[in-house]
Amino acid sequence: MKATHDIGIVVIGGSAGSIPVITDVLQSLPKPFSGTVILVVHRSKNTPSELYKLFLNIDESLLVCEPNDKDPVRSGYVYLAPQNYHLLIESDETFSLDYSEPVHYSRPSIDVTFESVARVYTNRVTAILLSGANRDGADGLERILLTGGAGIIQEPATADYPAMPQAAAEQNPGVRILTPDQIKTYLQTILQPIEK
Amino acid sequence: MSQHPVLTAEELAKIIHLIHQQYGYDFSNYARASLERRVLRCMQQAGLKTTYELKYSLINDKSFFDWFLQSLTVNVTEMFRDPIFYRDLREKVLPKLATYPVIKIWHAGCATGEEVFSMAILLAEAGLLERSRLYATDLNPANLEQARQGIIPLQQMKAYTDNYMQAGGKNAFSSYYTALYDHVIIRKEFRTNIVLAQHNLAVDQVFNEFQLICCRNVLIYFDRELQNRVFQLFHDSLSPLGYLAIGTKESIQTADVRTQFETISLPTRIYRRKQ
Ligand SMILES: C[S@@+](CC[C@H](N)C(=O)[O-])C[C@H]1O[C@@H](n2cnc3c(N)ncnc32)[C@H](O)[C@@H]1O
Repeated sequence: MKATHDIGIVVIGGSAGSIPVITDVLQSLPKPFSGTVILVVHRSKNTPSELYKLFLNIDESLLVCEPNDKDPVRSGYVYLAPQNYHLLIESDETFSLDYSEPVHYSRPSIDVTFESVARVYTNRVTAILLSGANRDGADGLERILLTGGAGIIQEPATADYPAMPQAAAEQNPGVRILTPDQIKTYLQTILQPIEK
Repeated sequence: MSQHPVLTAEELAKIIHLIHQQYGYDFSNYARASLERRVLRCMQQAGLKTTYELKYSLINDKSFFDWFLQSLTVNVTEMFRDPIFYRDLREKVLPKLATYPVIKIWHAGCATGEEVFSMAILLAEAGLLERSRLYATDLNPANLEQARQGIIPLQQMKAYTDNYMQAGGKNAFSSYYTALYDHVIIRKEFRTNIVLAQHNLAVDQVFNEFQLICCRNVLIYFDRELQNRVFQLFHDSLSPLGYLAIGTKESIQTADVRTQFETISLPTRIYRRKQ
């Protein structure tokens, strides 16, 4: 592995019921922060999605974008996986998009991004799986834990749709189970504020 | 518990080398992250547990390679994917193409043809299909064969009809195909002007001059070096003031020829070659 800057990579997967939690989490981040946040959120394929604008409007100083193919992964950014593509990371820390078959009926799939992030960033990753109605993310979390990263699920009792975090918890005894408030506090320790 | 096979960069490089040596297909400038996923997926589907077994099958079994090649390339496509792209074509590009006596269009990486059929429908609605020639090329011969038949699974048609309407289509979408039990066939008159041929963007050359080139969701599978080559190839294959359309998340910004193009629509990635 080549030596890289030592920032934290946080990758968050969410499906049905996850948007309010993500909004809340993004709101609570220090701005600017050091580290990178990657969001993979299930959404419909071809209707133009407003999700990106929604996150963009949280706070003017929050840098939110949908990466283009080959864009470098930068510190201080929140990246949202584009609609209708899987989001991968290359070993030179650039984004790579893929239009292959959906996984768990989903494109972008959380498993696909979690597995790819685990491969490149190994123990620097914190993966968080939020509310959702299917079982995407469980395999990906397993890979994150296997390569030394931290895995967190939203406590199912606090999720509008508990099936997704539940499935991941059953498959991965090593995950931490946190409420949305605890997730916010936890992230503040990983994504440190930068003095302006 | 899920299986977690991994492929090291060295193992993947050896497999790429083997395929190149033995079968002549060069994947060395493909983006590694997705290629690695594809190879692992093939191994899983074929029940191969080690790269040793994979190499053994590739070396000794031509029919295995044919299957492998088919699953290695990502053949997923849709009719009227990104409806606003087709809307932009209709409003911003077709009126300019209408000034040419013969309109030549190249779909590079056409997969199973859905994109080309969409274009044929768009041209027909603009009254331009008769004088258009649609060249549809792909690396994967199995894709071309399916495109030749014009067959699409029935279960997709609802989504495609939605896309078509969002793209501003005004006709009954069902007037463009014949429905059978579990699939539909695109009507012959929308396929007669399509020329299908194998063409490998990684090695093959300019073969004609076009007024419009569509290459969407193919460049994402290439590394920067190969992308650069392909952009040059497209530049050289376009007539002056010809149009280039790439995937909505692909970028021309790192290509040497970027200064030779002006942007027609950034959100839908439509560019125009300068004089
Ligand atoms: C994801 S599909 C894109 C289909 C269509 N353009 C679309 O956007 O819906 C990618 C296609 O690129 C083709 N392809 C991959 N490598 C190629 C190469 N070197 N030359 C030509 N086509 C290639 C694959 O066989 C596949 O059909």
